[in-house]
Amino acid sequence: MLKSERARGVLYQALLLAAVGGIVWYLLSNTLHNLASRGIQVGFAFLGREAGFEIAEKLIEYDSTRSYAHAFAVGLLNTLHVAFLGIVIATTLGALLGVARLSSNWLVARLAGAYVEFMRNIPLLLQLLVWYGIFTELLPGVRQAIRIGDWIFISQRGFRFAWPEAHPGWDAAFWALAAAGVLSLVWRAIVRRRQAATGEQWPLALPVCALMVGLPALAWALMGAPTTIEIPALRGFDYQGGKVISPEFTALLVGLSTYTAAFIAEVVRAGILAVDRGQGEAAMALGLSPGQRLRLITLPQALRVIIPPMTSQYLNLTKNSSLAVAIGYPDLVAIANTTMNQTGQAIEAIAMLMAVYLSISIAISLFMNWYNARVRLVER
Amino acid sequence: MSQGHAVSPFAWMRVNLFSTPVNGALTLLILALLAWLVPKAGGWLIWDAVWGPKPASACDAIRGEGACWAVVWDKIRFMLFGVYPFEEQWRAAIAAALLTSLLVISAIRSFWRKRLIAIWAVGIVLSFWLMGGGFGLTPVPAERWGGLSVTLILAIFGIGFAFPLGVLLALGRRSRLPVIRAVSVLYIEIVRGVPLITVLFMASIMFALFMPEGLRVEQLLRAQVAIILFIAAYLAEAVRGGLQAVPRGQYEAAEALGLSYWRTMGLIVLPQALKISIPPIVNIFISVFKDTSLVVIIGIYDFAYAVKKSVETDISWKKYFIEAFLFSIVVYWIYCYAMSRYSQWLEREFARGERR
Repeated sequence: MLKSERARGVLYQALLLAAVGGIVWYLLSNTLHNLASRGIQVGFAFLGREAGFEIAEKLIEYDSTRSYAHAFAVGLLNTLHVAFLGIVIATTLGALLGVARLSSNWLVARLAGAYVEFMRNIPLLLQLLVWYGIFTELLPGVRQAIRIGDWIFISQRGFRFAWPEAHPGWDAAFWALAAAGVLSLVWRAIVRRRQAATGEQWPLALPVCALMVGLPALAWALMGAPTTIEIPALRGFDYQGGKVISPEFTALLVGLSTYTAAFIAEVVRAGILAVDRGQGEAAMALGLSPGQRLRLITLPQALRVIIPPMTSQYLNLTKNSSLAVAIGYPDLVAIANTTMNQTGQAIEAIAMLMAVYLSISIAISLFMNWYNARVRLVER
Repeated sequence: MSQGHAVSPFAWMRVNLFSTPVNGALTLLILALLAWLVPKAGGWLIWDAVWGPKPASACDAIRGEGACWAVVWDKIRFMLFGVYPFEEQWRAAIAAALLTSLLVISAIRSFWRKRLIAIWAVGIVLSFWLMGGGFGLTPVPAERWGGLSVTLILAIFGIGFAFPLGVLLALGRRSRLPVIRAVSVLYIEIVRGVPLITVLFMASIMFALFMPEGLRVEQLLRAQVAIILFIAAYLAEAVRGGLQAVPRGQYEAAEALGLSYWRTMGLIVLPQALKISIPPIVNIFISVFKDTSLVVIIGIYDFAYAVKKSVETDISWKKYFIEAFLFSIVVYWIYCYAMSRYSQWLEREFARGERR
């Protein structure tokens, strides 16, 4: 009977299922037994209980009387916050470095190359520890803070800077800026369609600039034109007022983005190199300027090569943000860690952690796949 | 770039540094920056630094002016060997040298035969014996292992044991049998979707719950298992890339010869696929080597943790943590840079072979 390929296939699969099932059953029964003998209740009921610990940094309201679920939300938002900013900075820096590595200027190319080879061959954790050390130990204390005018104060407690006082006018300006962004995209689509249909070029840069500046200014003026700015002042042991960026956040953001930028630089460089030389030469022959050549000919073709590896760099950065726990930034992992220590609900907390990271990974992959499909080469 | 030819330095500079006004300005700007930075950095790092076995007070005297490399002299044993028993540290040193030479041997192409597996097995067993003792050596429990040899063990044992699992997963992912494919895909994608630190947490906190009551497993072994299971998913993807690059005709020819699945894979497909996947596997090894430092978070004495602890626990040296970290950065960098240059060289070699 084992001679038949089909039968063997069924047998192999049955064996694998039995093995996987057996392992799962073994682990599960051990776990249930251990939980019972230690008197730990399984389930997510603990999420509703009072967390009882403070979180230093939060984007939404939180205090120690809030629930564990709320604490998780704070941690998740912190993770997303640092990952999003990290991706933006790493992409900008990485693209600059990638282009710089291909520069015709020998010095620029060598310096960018040295940066890449230096940064990507050192463990990120060590880089974070060094940045954290620099921002907490090497900067001066609060009383000797480095001052830039009356506006910016740099010390071991973080970067503190003057910030407009909360006022509906600023909120309105923020939303107007978002609206201006959407309108700019619409205008770009109109301009492109027009050019494709008639070959006529309508202005793009100027109207977009006008929108981005004008609309928020208008909203700000209409809502009362607030001008009060909160200036930090030394009261007691620390500065009060204004906005502050903690050393933990700075170290994590700087560490993540400078490290990932080295990898992104390589991705960008490979993408640009993958574009056939003839394309650039043909564009030059058509009389396009160097800027147009890069923007209209090289970049769209390079993007197709760049996007898949870029996706995995974004995923890496997001996953690497979990190293925050080593320098005390309250990201999702740090909150889960505290929760596990307090409640003993390790299984639930780790399951939640993994579920969240998996969802983020899947979401970023889906978005990048969609984008990739959009810029893909359409063959005849 | 026209470096190979005999061009006058002026011609070279005109082409490579001052080709356009913008480039020229950029060059001058960078040169000015370097002229300001290099003496400053060099002074701190080298000329004004405290070298050799000096007390911390010697560093305090010039704090801010120069680096305090005396901290490395004072702590070198702890940094390299952690809490490994002092008299036995020669064993950890030999183990680290052995594992490093294992890496060097694996890089030589004439060793890429079946005997490489035997060499790895011998290297792993020998270094394990040196670290753990027994058979004539004083036993050293795993919780006293520390330093560079632990980092090397975590990375090398990790990739060594993950390799067979990764190959199986890659084959499983390309299998025609739906259940096997589904299990492989699920494993690979879940593991690749979560950060290593969550898997390490699982190993350090949840593992005790999974095992029969009363069974104690060393923290180091648990972390090692976690790292093996984690790398296997990444290796599987590298091997899958190799499998996909093997031309269809090779599979079909093997089938036409009447070879069974395992013979087709073992004799025809895998030898070709594995060769193609060596550069990505080297890259995975580099990131594993760096990522082993994450065990710091669950308190295992690897090289990074030993360096961190060596300065944290000593009040007089505590403020020279930057110098200590720089030392460990240099060590990690040498390993990783050598490997990454090797992987780049290998890719070029392979590409040259293809073109012929």
